[in-house]
Amino acid sequence: MLSVLRNDRGGQLILSVLLVLTIVLPYLNLAFPESHPWHFSTYQLNLFGKYLCYALLAMSVDLVWGYMGFLTLGHGAYFGLGGYAMGMYLMRQVGDRGVYGNPDLPDFMVFLNWQELPWYWMGFNWFPVALIAVFLVPGVLAFLFGWFAFRSRVNGVYLSIISQAMTYALMLAFFRNEFGFGGNNGLTDFKDILGFPVNAQHTRVALFVASALSVIFAYLLCRSIVSSRAGRVVVAIRDAESRTRFLGYQVENYQLMMLVVSAMLAGVAGALYVPQVGIINPGEFSPLNSIEIVIWVAIGGRATLYGAVVGALLVNFAKSWFTAAFPEYWLFALGALFVLTTLWLPYGVAGLRRGRITA
Amino acid sequence: MLLFTSLLFTGLYTGNTDAENGGIGNDLIDQIAEELQNRKTIAAAIDEILASKAERKREWLEALLSGTLYFRKSDKKVVTVTKQGSSFELTAASDGSAQGTAGKREISKVKINNSLRKKLRNAIAEMALDDPDAKARVVAVEQMLQSLDKSKLAAITQRASTETDSSVKKLMLLATHLNALDNGTGPEKVAAIQIIGNNTRDIVVQRLTSLSSNEDPAVATEANAALVEIQKRISFYEKIETVLFGLSLGSVLAMAAIGLAITFGVMGVINMAHGEMIMIGAYTTWAVQQALPAFIEYSLIVAVPLAFIAAFLVGVLIEFLVIRHLYGRPLETLLATFGISLILQQSARTFISAQNVPVSNPSWLSGQWHFDPALSVAINRVVIFFFCLAVFAALMWLLRRTFFGLKVRAVSQNREMARAMGARSARIDSMTFGLGAGIAGVAGVALSQLTNVGPNMGQSYIVDSFMVVVFGGVGNLWGTLLAGLSLGVVNKFLEPWVGAVLAKIVVLVFIIVFIQKYPRGLFPQRGRAAGD
Repeated sequence: MLSVLRNDRGGQLILSVLLVLTIVLPYLNLAFPESHPWHFSTYQLNLFGKYLCYALLAMSVDLVWGYMGFLTLGHGAYFGLGGYAMGMYLMRQVGDRGVYGNPDLPDFMVFLNWQELPWYWMGFNWFPVALIAVFLVPGVLAFLFGWFAFRSRVNGVYLSIISQAMTYALMLAFFRNEFGFGGNNGLTDFKDILGFPVNAQHTRVALFVASALSVIFAYLLCRSIVSSRAGRVVVAIRDAESRTRFLGYQVENYQLMMLVVSAMLAGVAGALYVPQVGIINPGEFSPLNSIEIVIWVAIGGRATLYGAVVGALLVNFAKSWFTAAFPEYWLFALGALFVLTTLWLPYGVAGLRRGRITA
Repeated sequence: MLLFTSLLFTGLYTGNTDAENGGIGNDLIDQIAEELQNRKTIAAAIDEILASKAERKREWLEALLSGTLYFRKSDKKVVTVTKQGSSFELTAASDGSAQGTAGKREISKVKINNSLRKKLRNAIAEMALDDPDAKARVVAVEQMLQSLDKSKLAAITQRASTETDSSVKKLMLLATHLNALDNGTGPEKVAAIQIIGNNTRDIVVQRLTSLSSNEDPAVATEANAALVEIQKRISFYEKIETVLFGLSLGSVLAMAAIGLAITFGVMGVINMAHGEMIMIGAYTTWAVQQALPAFIEYSLIVAVPLAFIAAFLVGVLIEFLVIRHLYGRPLETLLATFGISLILQQSARTFISAQNVPVSNPSWLSGQWHFDPALSVAINRVVIFFFCLAVFAALMWLLRRTFFGLKVRAVSQNREMARAMGARSARIDSMTFGLGAGIAGVAGVALSQLTNVGPNMGQSYIVDSFMVVVFGGVGNLWGTLLAGLSLGVVNKFLEPWVGAVLAKIVVLVFIIVFIQKYPRGLFPQRGRAAGD
């Protein structure tokens, strides 16, 4: 599997760094007491884990935007759905420890006077079911979306905007209490994951390691997809859709395949994200979130995969520094990033290395 | 004869003194001041006022009812008061002259009990029936209809025969019919039902509902039939109301979308900062009102051109700084303009306020038009609909009848050929982008009258406006108008069934599916313009 990295210097670099961090950071966290100068705080580790989920999400966007040319403005929807699937599992693990102490219903349902669990919550107390849903729900949504969109050859800005409308509609739906996912407040107050307390130091470390390994594994998966024959066809579709069609390829099928894989990766990212931040709410579906993912990829550099990872980490660390130092000006900075990257850095940070600064 | 003359003379004479005191019989109030102060004699005193022909009679009664009629202890004068901080400002009840101020202890209130209050209310209402203003008479009759009794009915029927205004007369007749429903015999009731059986007023419906189980079968069947008729009418009016509501929502959507349609149709560029152009227009309205607080009534008329200019300039600037460098890369343009929208939003938050700013409505825009008791329309909604049509007509004129419009259309249909014929496409692009932004600014003025004005207001319109443009067919302004209006109406018809949020979701999903079936919208451009 590692053979796919043969010509990928950037990937080799990123993955080695990630691998080292996956071993070193948990070691620094666990082996040294908090007072020790070498101690790496659990908070920092958790933050980093969160950003790794974003990196995974950015990679999934790069797959469809960078390689397939579909500027998705709705990937937050797949991320959110994966997150909700995990959130539902965590919610069921709360059991009778909620505020109302009802062993059968999550707190918000008791609050809404619901008598029994809706059918779509059935089985979510069982981890494998939740895990399947993490892949299946975003996958099915992407399949339906792609099935309709690609078959009727919707493309360009139209495709972008309807992907945005999709996540917008989902946001409105999840905001409703009747929808059965906690409405405005979403799902929160988690206690256990797989029997371990979700806020404990060891669980956090484990989640960080899981996120890092997921990024590494997903990178290898994406790299093998894009360097496979199918991957080459997808790039061909991006550059000359009609010509590829005339050569006899079923363009829609390739596009659909890419979108579904990408949506599943986004779902996994969401599922890893939720236990680390401890909440999932409809805000994740907001169009702004989805478009922010795109800017991570744009800054890192499109169609490189490692660029997406770098971009996501870079922008988010910058964001956490910025919102602490100048909370007022983060949106100015983000807006400027959008404008300046598109104007002067079309190949992102990755492009700097190649010496391709302007288009 | 002499006696008569002297009587006449005395009469004239007393009349004169009264006039000097501020009108016929107006010094009565000071004459009975003592009686008003005494709980036992106040009823008689009020009767005396009612029987008199004093010009200021109504003011006194109203002051009594509202508890602002006071008695000044020093000179036993009756005054009306308005509270000014801790002291009271006094006005003489007899002639309305200012009497300076007084402390709380120098005056005492004329107190009345509930039965007197009722009497006063009836007396005032009856006086209102004689008001020279027909509108005031309508209000008076309406009020009396709510609780009809014998004395009120007598007062109404007495005036019905001499009433000249048709709408007042209709109401007065309604009162007599209502009385027939309450107290009449069986056949009288049936006759009354037949006459007022199509009236949608609540009071009529209430009576008919109670009569529908009347022991007289003829009355009951007649009442039931009338109720069915009324229900039909009401539901018909409700439909009309929904359509009007939908049209006003639709005209907002259409106005927000038209600007986008121009930039997208001509330049193939999606301006994600379009919502912020709307925001700029709305903030301009606010700024105009802040700058000219004395001219709120005219603020909108000033704001419309200013909003257009402000948004136009911002649009041209954006085009110059960003968009022309991204020509031919629509997806990158989308991202860059999104960045601009973030910057504009945050500017509004940082430099003005993170909260919504208050924009007041001029009085000529507030209020309702009543067509029927069951059908009334808010004036601002009607105005917005016609404003939208006017903006659309102006735009059409600009694009179809001017040289600039000709060049815009030429560039949008075939850029290379237009350039070859001498159109400076870069300049046209810049002006077109400004025009689209300017119209969004004008839409912002209209929106400021309907919704909150704040930094987030633009965001909620970008997805909606784009949906409208795409639904109507890119490059087709008529399509945009029609799509906006019809989406507005559909939305409002769905709302009562499924709620506002779900209605929006349903419409969004519908458009998503629609685009996939008809990627070029309702009215696709054909021929060369279709491009690709």
